[in-house]
Parts: sequence; structure tokens; C-alpha cells
Amino acid sequence: MTVVDNGVNVQALLEAREALKGAPEAAQFTWRATSKWEKGVHSTATVQKFFGLGQEQTHKKESVFSADHPEVFAAEDNGITPIEYLLVGLASCLTAGVASVAQNRGIQVRSIESTVEGAHDIRGILGADSDVRNGFNDVKVTFNINADASKEEIEALVAQSQKRSAVYDALTNPTNVTVEVA
Amino acid sequence: MANSWRRERWDSLRLLTPNWLSRLPGLDYDGPDPDGYMTSGEVASLVSRFARVIDAPVRSQTSVLSVRPAGDGYHVATSQGDLQCRSLVIASGACNIATTPSFRTAVPASLTQLTPLDYRGPSELPEGGVLVVGASATGVQLAAEVQRSGRPVVLSVGEHVRLPRLHRDRDVLWWMDASGVWDQRWDEIDDLNRARRLPSPQLIGSPDRSTLDLNTLTGLGVELVGRLAAVRDGVALFSGGLRNVCSLADLKMKRLLAGFDSWAGLSPSKDFEPTAVPASTRLKLDLHGGEISTIVWATGFRPDYSWLDVPVVDEKGRLRHEGGVAGAPGLYALGLPMLRRRRSSFINGIEDDARAVVDHLAKELTDR
Ligand SMILES: Cc1cc2nc3c(=O)[nH]c(=O)nc-3n(C[C@H](O)[C@H](O)[C@H](O)COP(=O)(O)OP(=O)(O)OC[C@H]3O[C@@H](n4cnc5c(N)ncnc54)[C@H](O)[C@@H]3O)c2cc1C
Repeated sequence: MTVVDNGVNVQALLEAREALKGAPEAAQFTWRATSKWEKGVHSTATVQKFFGLGQEQTHKKESVFSADHPEVFAAEDNGITPIEYLLVGLASCLTAGVASVAQNRGIQVRSIESTVEGAHDIRGILGADSDVRNGFNDVKVTFNINADASKEEIEALVAQSQKRSAVYDALTNPTNVTVEVA
Repeated sequence: MANSWRRERWDSLRLLTPNWLSRLPGLDYDGPDPDGYMTSGEVASLVSRFARVIDAPVRSQTSVLSVRPAGDGYHVATSQGDLQCRSLVIASGACNIATTPSFRTAVPASLTQLTPLDYRGPSELPEGGVLVVGASATGVQLAAEVQRSGRPVVLSVGEHVRLPRLHRDRDVLWWMDASGVWDQRWDEIDDLNRARRLPSPQLIGSPDRSTLDLNTLTGLGVELVGRLAAVRDGVALFSGGLRNVCSLADLKMKRLLAGFDSWAGLSPSKDFEPTAVPASTRLKLDLHGGEISTIVWATGFRPDYSWLDVPVVDEKGRLRHEGGVAGAPGLYALGLPMLRRRRSSFINGIEDDARAVVDHLAKELTDR
């Protein structure tokens, strides 16, 4: 029998699931990003620290992200637009999910590629039509997966990864958001 | 006797299990229509007949008010006086209370809200649109009959179990029974919690043995929306993930039916229609807008153990037990989903479960 290795430590995840069943407090995480205005619509966000397992945690290194608007919006394009970061988040979350579920189901994966498209009517954010929403009207993800599995098993991986995806949930369901001035 | 079938079911309800499967220990169906489905009235008669056949000392019109440990057993306070017993089997049902989401309280007061325990039939609903929340057995059945009554239905669909009524001309539950799926034991299942919380299948027992899945409902004109996620400022907000819950249900159904086919040594059956999901579903519905006048919460049931003063109920209100043997001496349970096997969730499961539980109880009594 060949050993399936997608590089996901499923055993550790399953153990964490068992351990956290009896310790809901430890399961409470807070993810954080801090952001600083640069100029115009350009800003820089950094991510390093988060809270979880009852204490402060830190990523191995700090990650820095530039957000701006493209030149067609009359901006300098120092980075991708904020709403594109949502696509980045969704794609990486679902991809991680596919690899993990495949590992758990004993399916060797060779490649997972996806394209995420967000249909956006910008009349909303411009205030040109109050009936148009600000956010995406539709998000479409197309996966191209090469794995030792039937088409149906691959479809099941993709379905299960949506079922367990934090970003998919955050995008498809409403979330309470509080914004205040410190 | 048979209180739940006399008082807690809607008028049109028929079992979703065929007559030949809806049997009680030693009481096989002997009527003219083994493949038909009993009405609630017929189930109530079946239970009453069973009581006569076994001739057990039933105390009718008696509510158990509390049960607490006392001496070598339990003290039982009832509306007709107190009892002392050494062993006790909790068979008070899994569906005493209709569960509803907490944001139910945010629904505008102008709307009528019902649970399956109060719903009797569409004619008792006000005119106007009806939002049915939940698309398992109860939700799909009520959505169909309300839509047929001329009240437009919006059906909010979360995770669900899709099943055809017939597979290769046999009742799908015949396959569950014969292939051994219903015999899967509680101690052999990967995720027992999930198995115990599995939603009821989208099935209806109707004389024409028809399938009642989301495609049927769409055909009747029911509008499908995603899972109801919140009610905010009088607006119902639905998940945008309908497509995925439908894909999951389609895939699972396909796998189950393929399993039946391979069990029977048959080549896989022809492809079935995938669930047709609208290109875009509504994410918001203004409950003040007048479109909807009634919400029916078909969001599941839970048992009521408020009378049980024995520490065997977990923080989610579920009874702690191992295959019906509860975590206190002499205390047992029957009639809960997946108690010992998949079939435990149905009337049919009681025969094997009762035997196993009573064997344990009798042995425990002699050993004590
Ligand atoms: C809407 C619905 C449809 C269903 N359809 C089917 C079907 O098609 N086929 C099938 O096989 N199964 C079906 N079931 C499941 C079926 O109801 C159960 O498998 C079966 O009823 C279990 O029987 P029971 O006697 O354990 O519980 P119940 O039938 O729930 O009976 C419990 C009894 O205990 C009484 N009780 C509760 N608390 C107290 C107390 N404190 N004091 C005194 N008495 C009390 C109740 O009044 C009730 O009479 C359905 C369930 C529901 C809710």
C-alpha cells in the first residue's frame, strides 16, 4: 500500500478536535490584523500576533500586505484592492480544505489549482445606484484538481472543504461587525 | 396512550416508513396494504392495540413530574401519586420540544409563528406567504402542503438528507433495512454525535409513493433559499451556500444508492437528476414587507428532561448513555435516535433495542 502524503498532519488535527471538545475555552481564537494609512487609498496591513489555546501566539514572521486601488480607479496601484483579499482568503481556505479532507480520506493529491472570480457592480460603492450592493453579487470558484480519485470523489472533497471552511462561512453568512473609534 | 401521535402531529401526517416496517415487537402488520403508510390516527390505534396485546399495566393520564435517586433506586413523583422503583427506563420520546433558533425572538410580532407541534394544516394559516425554515422530513412535507393550499412558500434549506421514495421499484427504506445500513451499530460509527444529529430524510409517505425532494418542491413553485442565518432589523438573512448543501446531499444520496446496488450485485443505476439550484438565491427577505405572513419552524426537535433530577443530561440537554444504558445504576433509555443502531431512530428499532436494554436491566437487577 502506498502512503498518502499531502503534507497535512491530519492526525494532529483529529487529536486537537478531540482535545478541544472538552475545552471550549481553549478553542477561542482571535485573529488580528493592524492597518496603517499610507497615502490616498493606499494602506499597509501587517499580521503577526493572534490569540488562541488560552494565550498570545505569534506567527513565525510578520506578513505585510499592501492594499490600494488600480489605475483605472485613478489610484497608484501599490497593491491589490481590499475586496481582492477576500478572494485570496477564500481560495487559500478552500484549497487547504481540499488537501486536508483528501489526506483524511486517503486520497493522494498531485495538484490543486483554482480560479476565484468575484462579480462586482461598482455602482454600489460609487453611490451611483442605491439599489446596487457594495459587495460582491456573486463569487465563483473553479477548481482543477489532479488526484488519485474519481470525479465524484473529487467533487466530494470540494463539497466537504466548503462545509468546513471558515472563509466560505464568513462570506456566505452574515457576521456581526462592530467598528469603533478608540 | 400514544399521546404524541394523538396530539402532537399535523392532520395530514402519515409515517414515512412503510406499514410492513412500522411494526412493534411481536406485532407485524397484517392489514391489506403492507407498502402503504399509516396516518397518525392509525399509529395511535397500533399503539393501543399493542398495549392490549402485551397487557402491560399502563397508567394512562399520568404525567411524571420528577425522578430522583432514592435508596437503591428512584423516587418517581407523578400527577397520580408517587412511586418507588429499582430500575427505570426513560421512554419519553426524542421529540418533546420543537427547537427553534435563538433569533426567533427578533421576528416582527405581526407574523404568525408555528412549530410542527402547533401546526395542524394550511387552512389554519393566515392568507399570504409562508417561510418554512428547515428542509428535512417535516419541512419538505409542510412546504408542499402549504404551497398546494395556494400560499406561496419560501423554503430555507440547510444541510439535509435527500432520498428517492423508490429505488429500483422498491421503497428506499426496504434497501436500508435489507442491505444492513439500518443495522449499523452505535459503537461502530466514526462520528456518533453526528450520526445521532443526522436530519430526518426528505421522505413523505403518500399513497402514490412519490418522491418529495427539493426538485419536486421547485416544480410545485416553492422558492428555495439558503439556511436562515439571522434576523436583523426585521430582515431574514439567508446563507449564500445553498448550492453546497445540495451538492453534499446529492453526493451522499448517490453514494448510498451505489452502495445498495453493489450490495445487490447490480451495476450502478442510471444517473439521477442533480438538485436544481437557482443561479442566485435570495439572501434577504424583509419580514415587514408583507410578503410573508407566517413562519413555520421545521428546525428539529429535542427531548424534555426537565423532570429528570439525575445527573445524566449533558450541557446540550442530551441524555448520556451507552446504547441505552444511562450513566446511573438502573437507569435506561429507549426510543432515541441511533440509540443502538441506525434503525433505533424509527419505530422499527424498538424490538432489538428493547431486548438488549431489558437484558441488561434484568441482569443488573439480579447482580445488584
Ligand atoms: C413528526 C415526526 C414524524 C415521525 N415519523 C416517523 C415515521 O414515519 N416512522 C418511524 O418509524 N418513526 C417516525 N418518527 C419517530 C417516532 O416518533 C419514534 O421512533 C417513536 O415515536 C418513538 O416512540 P417512543 O414511545 O419512544 O416516543 P414517543 O412516541 O415520543 O412517546 C413518548 C411518550 O412519552 C410521553 N411523555 C413524555 N414525557 C413524559 C412525562 N414526563 N410523563 C409522562 N409521559 C411522558 C409522551 O407524552 C409520549 O406519549 C417520527 C417522529 C416525529 C416527531
